Amino acid sequence: MLDVQEKLKEIGPYVPGADDDMLICRCEEVTKGEIRQAVHAGMFTIEEIRRYLRTGMGLCQGQTCGKLVKGIVAKELGVRPNEVEPAVSRAPMRPIEMRILAEDGGERE
Amino acid sequence: MKIERYDLIVIGAGPAGLSAAIEAAKQGMKPIVFDENAKPGGQLFKQIHKFFGSKEHKAKIRGFRIGEELLQEAEQYGVKVVLNATVIGLYPEKEITVKIGEEVKHYKGDSILVATGASENMVTFKGWTLPGVIGAGAAQTMMNLHHIKAGDRVLMLGSGNVGLVVSFQLMQAGCEVVALVDAAPRVGGYGVHAAKVARLGVPFYLSHTIVEAEGEDHVTGVTIGEVGPDWNIIPGSEKHFDVDTICLAVGLSPMSQLLKQAGVEMKDTPGGYVPVCDDFGATSVPGIFAAGDVSGIEEASSAMIEGRLAGARIAEYMGYMTEEKRLLRAEELEAALSSLRQGMFAPENRGKLVEKTEEGIPVSMNLLQKGYIAEDEIERYPGVTHTVGVHPVMECTQNIPCNPCQDACSKGCISIGENITSLPVVVAEAKCVGCGMCVASCSGQAIFLVDEESEPGYGTVTLPYEFLPLPKEGDKGVALGRDGQPVCEAEVVGVRSAKAFDHTNLLTIKVPSDMTMKARFFKRETA
Repeated sequence: MLDVQEKLKEIGPYVPGADDDMLICRCEEVTKGEIRQAVHAGMFTIEEIRRYLRTGMGLCQGQTCGKLVKGIVAKELGVRPNEVEPAVSRAPMRPIEMRILAEDGGERE
Repeated sequence: MKIERYDLIVIGAGPAGLSAAIEAAKQGMKPIVFDENAKPGGQLFKQIHKFFGSKEHKAKIRGFRIGEELLQEAEQYGVKVVLNATVIGLYPEKEITVKIGEEVKHYKGDSILVATGASENMVTFKGWTLPGVIGAGAAQTMMNLHHIKAGDRVLMLGSGNVGLVVSFQLMQAGCEVVALVDAAPRVGGYGVHAAKVARLGVPFYLSHTIVEAEGEDHVTGVTIGEVGPDWNIIPGSEKHFDVDTICLAVGLSPMSQLLKQAGVEMKDTPGGYVPVCDDFGATSVPGIFAAGDVSGIEEASSAMIEGRLAGARIAEYMGYMTEEKRLLRAEELEAALSSLRQGMFAPENRGKLVEKTEEGIPVSMNLLQKGYIAEDEIERYPGVTHTVGVHPVMECTQNIPCNPCQDACSKGCISIGENITSLPVVVAEAKCVGCGMCVASCSGQAIFLVDEESEPGYGTVTLPYEFLPLPKEGDKGVALGRDGQPVCEAEVVGVRSAKAFDHTNLLTIKVPSDMTMKARFFKRETA
């Protein structure tokens, strides 16, 4: 298990970047700066960042930004992208209307 | 609520999914295929170009035709395809939930094949979220499926086969491609695809990337800059283009989330997050298989073979095929698959600079850096020879698995031999009759018929032409060189459009004799 405090010391404090205001997750309008700051707040996995910032939780379900977020987190941590722990995959895998999902299993006789 | 049961559920009706379903159905299985799209075929119906490979890979057939054949075969074997059906869940017990219309339906499979394909990667730069920045695949969907022009002036980022092929198709659709840009120092895709684009006059900017997309509420321009050794833009190297569209062709990522959800063992590779599977697509969860791009990005030809391999393996798993019979089938398929993975673009050569061909000939560096073969490089290849009278000139200079030209010539002028990746050689003893079958058969549009002196001081060049409107005999204009720059005046002296050429028209132009080895495209005079 990664020692969060150790890692935070190792990566140093958050330094604002010139392109921090760039949108990364378009569906949920999350910027690069927000993702970077989340890492410096101790969130090192895609799962935590997704829960906190909602990156990849919108209409495209991370199809567009997934790889980009991973790249930003990896860079901030000074590791390779494949060393960043991916998020859990769970249903519904594609966006679906709540009313349709709610009907699932509803007409039992 | 009832649950429907099938002996094989396939997720994704693209080349891999359909091929697997067909293969399993041939053995007596009754597969059902779900696809979230309104039309089956995956990416095949966007592919209007001729495919590479050999006969068994359906070489020189256009992608959408291969898609039509696949659909016919699926129907013939009773494969059930359900469209507008979005699989939203896949569980280790081989149950799936599918959104169809206004409800979620449950299905259970005795076996499941995931063939969900891939999605396009994006890169970020200032302004990347402006309308007008689109994926190259999206541009292709707009043009080739929905007949909508993606833009008028386009900049393409990415020189892999997708970037090259889509650039050419954009030009065919009447768009102007102002530049082809790649951060890598060398063209990533096939040299023949690059040469096709370069001879239309599209400049290549290797070691360049996008600095900024400009515009208020949509793209109105773009600035690119040269990438230095530290991956930063070299100050002062910036170049501006007025464009309304920026196409990104920067790779694909497998859409493997369903597999992960089902508890399949996964691995994170440079090519994406993929399931760990054996050569036949079997994953770590018994009964769950994967094929095509979802298990690692390749192209449609290999996806179709992977699908067949998995389909046969599933038929064996389900007891519809003996192991012995299945292994025989696999042997045949694996030979076809391995031949596709040979040559300079083989998976093990990815990202590497191959400096010499299998024949020991230096590779054209100009081709890798600018998209076309330089004049002082072209004569070194065995497809480029000189003789009296009409003869083929094959500007095929990289070892790729492709050989339709060899079969196209009934006179035996062209030889590739046993090794499918060998460069085509002109057989000096054979006599070319100028039929043009080789020109039309070359998926890379790299074959020309040249007569260096058809009349005193003048010769002819016959070139592949896939643009509309088609020039007419007597049309005057300029001949363009391999770099797309005018080399001389030219007159169209022949236009041939035979059914056997499959929409590759053969344009014969008359140019001065000393230009016959330079003129490679024709541009009508615009008054």
